[in-house]
Amino acid sequence: MRREGSPWRGLSAVTMKELADHLSSARMRVLELLVLLTALAALYGAIRQVRDTTAEDPFVFLRLFTSASGQLPSFMSILGFLIPLMAIGLGFDAINGEYNRRTLSRILAQPIYRDALLLGKFLAGLITLAISLSGLWLLVIGLGLIMLGVPPGTEEIARALAVLVIAIAYAGVWLAAAMLFSVVFRSPATAALTTLGIWLFLAVLWPLLAPAIASAIAPPDLRAMLTGQPGIAMLEWQQALLRLSPSQLFTEAMVALFNPSTRALGTIFLSQLHGAVIGAPLPLGQSLLIAWPQTVGLVAASIVLFVIGYVCFQRQEVRA
Amino acid sequence: MSAHVIAARDLTKRYGGAIAVNGISFAVEKGEIFGLLGPNGAGKTTTILMMLGLTEVSGGEIRVLGHDPARDPLAVKRRVGYLPDTVGFYDNLTARENLAYTARLIGFPPADRRERIEDALARVRLTEVADKRVATFSRGMRQRLGLAEILMKGAEIAILDEPTSGLDPQSTDEFLQMIRALKAEGVTVLLSSHLLDRVQRVCDRVALFQSGRIALMGSVAELGREVLGGGFAVEIEAEGAGLELRLGGIEGVSRVERIGPDRYRLLAGRDVRPEAARAVVNGGGQLRRLSVEGPSLEAIYAGFFQRQSEPGEVRDAA
Repeated sequence: MRREGSPWRGLSAVTMKELADHLSSARMRVLELLVLLTALAALYGAIRQVRDTTAEDPFVFLRLFTSASGQLPSFMSILGFLIPLMAIGLGFDAINGEYNRRTLSRILAQPIYRDALLLGKFLAGLITLAISLSGLWLLVIGLGLIMLGVPPGTEEIARALAVLVIAIAYAGVWLAAAMLFSVVFRSPATAALTTLGIWLFLAVLWPLLAPAIASAIAPPDLRAMLTGQPGIAMLEWQQALLRLSPSQLFTEAMVALFNPSTRALGTIFLSQLHGAVIGAPLPLGQSLLIAWPQTVGLVAASIVLFVIGYVCFQRQEVRA
Repeated sequence: MSAHVIAARDLTKRYGGAIAVNGISFAVEKGEIFGLLGPNGAGKTTTILMMLGLTEVSGGEIRVLGHDPARDPLAVKRRVGYLPDTVGFYDNLTARENLAYTARLIGFPPADRRERIEDALARVRLTEVADKRVATFSRGMRQRLGLAEILMKGAEIAILDEPTSGLDPQSTDEFLQMIRALKAEGVTVLLSSHLLDRVQRVCDRVALFQSGRIALMGSVAELGREVLGGGFAVEIEAEGAGLELRLGGIEGVSRVERIGPDRYRLLAGRDVRPEAARAVVNGGGQLRRLSVEGPSLEAIYAGFFQRQSEPGEVRDAA
């Protein structure tokens, strides 16, 4: 049975309203504070490092994002933690919040489809995250400019911009996941806890588990045992398993773009490096090609999670 | 299009194995106040949700303003206003902002919105608190704001789910007054409630729900005749000698009870107040008070289920 009328009706109204809610909420204040502290912490560590070492590095500006010093992790790794936290913070009560405020049935009694409500909330969350991340990005570049006194090159800006786009895609994955659980669980606390749990599992435990699972699937063959090297099959399994985690995809994409000398993200044979000038930077286009599968993976993951949430939401009863 | 704005035939809703609504048929005419009455979990809310296309129909069919709500919900929801059971608003927004959001969702042109919102707020007497956050509103004010939303929408049918539950008597009366005002404008009102007594006062026709079926349907007077077998009770307070005999002589009076000093209750098949007054005055008595009770829904309801005398199977599925 086909339904009539456009699923987009009311989409802009929902998006604008949710966006206004996000931007004026206390949550946003917390996010802003987090963004500011992240920028300062990352720069503090990075700038000391950069000043000491690499005056002649052609990509000195990108070092701002990748350098870690002492106890302070690099901006890159902070970002890997900050983004899921922000996205989950914005999405965990998207639908069940409406439900608990008892506004859901009233809103759905207006001439809009559920599609518009869910998509509008997702878009509003994504725009909010994009604004925060862009702010963070500008803050780091600007402060770096002042503190280093070196203007960034065109290619550096382009690479940093590409990472910003990928970071937004990464945020989309966790936002979609948080919204999925906000549809599934009636209690926002349960939804938040589940999403945070999955994030912790994928970010912290999965990198430890993946090698173990990989060696169980592809036990080392005789040659590998003799040489003491892990087998090729095992390495490939390990990487495939690791890449199930969006955190891994995001890290790989960032590495490819921030370190222009990155030539491959997987296992590579020495024979494949024939003729390569090790350590020489790749052009931007080639780095983008390396990061492309990861980016597509992140976008696809957000779409898949959103669709699952959509299907669940369509089948859900609105009544109390 | 027929005069029936809502028509249901064999409407059924199953949740897994449980049947929430079991093959009900009814029709609501334009401009009437139709009451869906019955205990909690009898299938009233489920029926309402099916009318709005908010839950799927398992069997039978329903037409609202000529549209199939499952297939063309937007057309239905554009013309039907819905006040859910315990309505909620966005607490961080003001009353006016809440209505503005709904107006945008409905798709009114920007020029139109302000006037509609102001008008609706004025009619439910919320203009003074329009810029206060809804978090500070009492339950009665929230219900009125919900009604303002329906007014703003210019709905042809207003569906109100338990609109008076949890309201104090004064708020309830005010709210019922507003419902009558809706009817006066030609809006069809569908009202669900488990409070029989209050709702009886406004409904033109009622359907009594019991375990997913409509047990009785019709106007309160019709149901009274059908179930209670006639049912006007006239109460008289008068002084005088031999009144009991005189009152008993009036045509149509089946019984006279003495319910207190100088107070009598007549049971009659019709309204016998004029004859009763004449009987008292002609007998030299002094008439102090004369009142009539129509058949009460409460009595009908009790009477009906007594008559069925089955073990009452009231599931609480809500």
